[in-house]
Amino acid sequence: MSKNNSEYLIERNDNVYEVVIGLEVHAQVTSNSKLFSSSSTKFGAEPNTQVSLVDAAFPGMLPVINEFCVKQAIKTGIGLRAKINNKSVFDRKNYFYADLPQGYQISQYKYPIVGEGNVILDMPEGQKQVGIERLHLEQDAGKSIHDIDPSNTLVDLNRSGVALMEIVSKPDLRSPDEVNAYIKKLRSIMRYLGTCDGNMQEGSLRADVNVSVRIKGSTDLGTRCEIKNVNSIKFMQMAIIYEANRQVDLIEEGQEIDQETRLFDTKKNETRSMRSKEDAHDYRYFPDPDLLPLEVTDEFINKLKSEIPELPDDKKKRFIDEFKVSPYDATILVSDIDTAKYFEEVVAKMGKNRDMKLAVNWITGELFAVLNEKNIEIAQSPISAKNLAKLINLIKNGTISGKIAKTIFELMLDGDIDPQIIVEEKGLKQESDPKALEALIDKIINDNREKAIEYKQGKEKLFGYFVGQAMKASGGKANPQLINEILKKKL
Amino acid sequence: MSEISSLTLYELIKNIKEKKISSNEAAKSFVDRAEKSKKINAYVTENFENCLKLSKEFDDKPNFDLKLPGIPIAVKDLFCTNEVRTTAGSNILNNFVPNYESTVTQNIWNEGGILLGKLNCDEFAMGSSNETSFFGNVQNPIAEDLVPGGSSGGSSAALAANLTPVTIGTDTGGSIRQPASFTGTVGLKPTYGSCSRYGIVAFASSLDQAGPMSKDVKDSSILLEVISSFDKKDSTSIDFKRNNYSSELTRNIKGLKIGIPKEYRVDGMPDEIEKLWKKGIEYAKDCGAEIIDISLPHTSYALPTYYIVAPAEASSNLARYDGVKYGLRSSGKNLIDMYEKTRSEGFGEEVKRRVMIGTYVLSSGYYDAYYLKAQKVRQLIKQDFDQAYNKVDAILTPSTPSSAFKIGEKSNDPVSMYLNDIFTVPVNLAGLPGISIPAGVDKNNYPLGLQIIGKPFDEQTVLNIAYSMEEKINYKNNITDWWMK
Repeated sequence: MSKNNSEYLIERNDNVYEVVIGLEVHAQVTSNSKLFSSSSTKFGAEPNTQVSLVDAAFPGMLPVINEFCVKQAIKTGIGLRAKINNKSVFDRKNYFYADLPQGYQISQYKYPIVGEGNVILDMPEGQKQVGIERLHLEQDAGKSIHDIDPSNTLVDLNRSGVALMEIVSKPDLRSPDEVNAYIKKLRSIMRYLGTCDGNMQEGSLRADVNVSVRIKGSTDLGTRCEIKNVNSIKFMQMAIIYEANRQVDLIEEGQEIDQETRLFDTKKNETRSMRSKEDAHDYRYFPDPDLLPLEVTDEFINKLKSEIPELPDDKKKRFIDEFKVSPYDATILVSDIDTAKYFEEVVAKMGKNRDMKLAVNWITGELFAVLNEKNIEIAQSPISAKNLAKLINLIKNGTISGKIAKTIFELMLDGDIDPQIIVEEKGLKQESDPKALEALIDKIINDNREKAIEYKQGKEKLFGYFVGQAMKASGGKANPQLINEILKKKL
Repeated sequence: MSEISSLTLYELIKNIKEKKISSNEAAKSFVDRAEKSKKINAYVTENFENCLKLSKEFDDKPNFDLKLPGIPIAVKDLFCTNEVRTTAGSNILNNFVPNYESTVTQNIWNEGGILLGKLNCDEFAMGSSNETSFFGNVQNPIAEDLVPGGSSGGSSAALAANLTPVTIGTDTGGSIRQPASFTGTVGLKPTYGSCSRYGIVAFASSLDQAGPMSKDVKDSSILLEVISSFDKKDSTSIDFKRNNYSSELTRNIKGLKIGIPKEYRVDGMPDEIEKLWKKGIEYAKDCGAEIIDISLPHTSYALPTYYIVAPAEASSNLARYDGVKYGLRSSGKNLIDMYEKTRSEGFGEEVKRRVMIGTYVLSSGYYDAYYLKAQKVRQLIKQDFDQAYNKVDAILTPSTPSSAFKIGEKSNDPVSMYLNDIFTVPVNLAGLPGISIPAGVDKNNYPLGLQIIGKPFDEQTVLNIAYSMEEKINYKNNITDWWMK
């Protein structure tokens, strides 16, 4: 296996295989109501409490398109630099299942609302462009629950009719790491746009993963298998690794790969055949006669374009150009909209005499460590951007040392306390009066005459010892720069 | 004064407004007659007690400004009615009681109408004789053992038997006009998008349209005015300016151009239909209309096109009747077994036949040859009409290729049954308004109808032509109340 993040190679005998991956991501549209009804979409409600007559497919009930969901899909298309289609058509995908009340899912088949686009991935080896084939709107199904009643399956229709965007990539991905980067980037873009919250635990983002393998260098695509409905990046990566190796093994044994739909068993870490191509459903797609073709004018699209916020790629470029942040740091800062927002707020609050490097280091260092430890998002940060900016400014203007700042930071965690107040109350202001420091250092040299002599004789390592003693004597408040200067002079 | 139940809607409204008849008296009259007319089998569900109660309430607090002040009305059992069982003539909805109301029926209640009950129909409106209903055949009041037409057979029979002053049906391929023709009554299918489909059990969504059925043309104009409305709950509802059809009704059709399509002269059409049509042309001329020969070249493809499009949509529309959420559920070993048993027991033969046809024509590998081609032909049929309407204001044809047939006569011959729709189906495919008015009788004295087809949204012209021809034709049903003897 290759160490390169952008490719995943499998060597068997003398053959080197690469894996080819395409994703169909199902992203739940952020919307208060469903795609064709006014029911609420709130997560976690009691079963079957968010179900309208339309969602439960009562006789004579008709779907009416939710304009907000259409706008969300178009915005997402714009975020994917994709072609927005002025005319799209809703089709019925017919199949029977207990949690599909209509007996068909309303989806878009031949004429999706969004056409081709692309997404840029920031890989360690550089940028990579992944093609988007299409984005279409469709209804989610309900949920079948098999483990509550021993002899019956129960159905919860709260999710039935919730709007999903299916975002289909081209088979441009070549490794589990790229899949990771792709999902994160999609999620990032949609969170910037406010079109999908990207919450994988709540099922707002799931994917069908298409995997095939081929001899590296070949341009033909191998027979693919589709792994259905994987709901975490980690599982996607595990499934791809298992599936790619399974396919390579088959080829090496001289066997054919069947085009089929497979399931990923997360407990056994393996994919299993769900149904073969021959058993594939005939969905009998046809245009839904209850809905007219969806037509959007250029004017409508342009209005939405004007509402699009700055997206991660542009923001990154601006952070680099305007704030002189390194490309590496910029990538981290823009990857999540809340982090970017936090950073920008810190920058704004720092004022004129701002120190970008300090800001980046404190956010990606100390703050991230705390968030990780507490397992919370930056939006719930215990320290506000305003107070972190103050802390950074205190360091920058020499009021406190970096070391003291760390102590203050810990104290700030307890209720987002203003660092200025902590400095004053605890008397942590940095000692920068040269006379006071000279007196302090004179005393230390006096108390350590022998070591001072050794230093003068060439034992330079001892300089650190004197710095340490000085800091200790000052209770950590001494300005380290001044200590250095004075020590050099006096020793 | 003649019996209340034999009054036209217009006469009944007039009498109620003039306080000569109370709403409760009217309700009693229809209920009494219905009690003596069980043999017709028009009702699937009676709402008599409630109707009598509501009529009394109306009389206590009358509002004569309403368009249907305290008028008892029975409706086809395809309209969902709040708290009143709605079966669509099917076993699978045998126990189904909606907690919502269709827009069309709501419009009627809003104007003072009171529900008498739910009228028999072919199962899911699939049929031309009311013989596919789970609730049994309906007798045509014209003669014993004669079908009342379909699918709105309970509606046409109830009208002809004076069990309701007016009624509403739905028309997917002729289900209002054909039964009207078979019972000597008037039936209007409005332009697609005129009446909301919200709350109507769907058969074929792109063709289904509700419409009035009445004893004369004026009554249809009154009822259309009530039921036609733009409805945001139906995405195919059209927001156009609706006329005050009844007050704008006129017999002045002088100079209107009426087209006679040569393609409607089909092989094997009985002489009496040909004669009726000729008579109709003479009546139209008498009314001052100008007769123009036209061509609708794709007419012969209409029936096969219809029998692809309608079953395709139906196969999908009926997928929701699966025993999971409401309606009939047969027990099964597992989900699939439950589906199979529920749908086997819940659906009748004709419904199963159409679900099978629909499933077939939508299947991969057949879609292009059947469904897609049918949609293209449908466009050609529409264009035929568009072109014709460059020359004429309306089109006159027979309503059906024959008069009512005997119960059982065609029930084993679906194709011959389907042929009944030959003159009505193109109108649905093109989404146009069409009316059937009684125009004469055949050798057995069974009624025959003429159809007037209009431009989209031009129900007024259709009604006006029908109104003036009706006067010249001066048709009267000869109902002997044979079923009471």
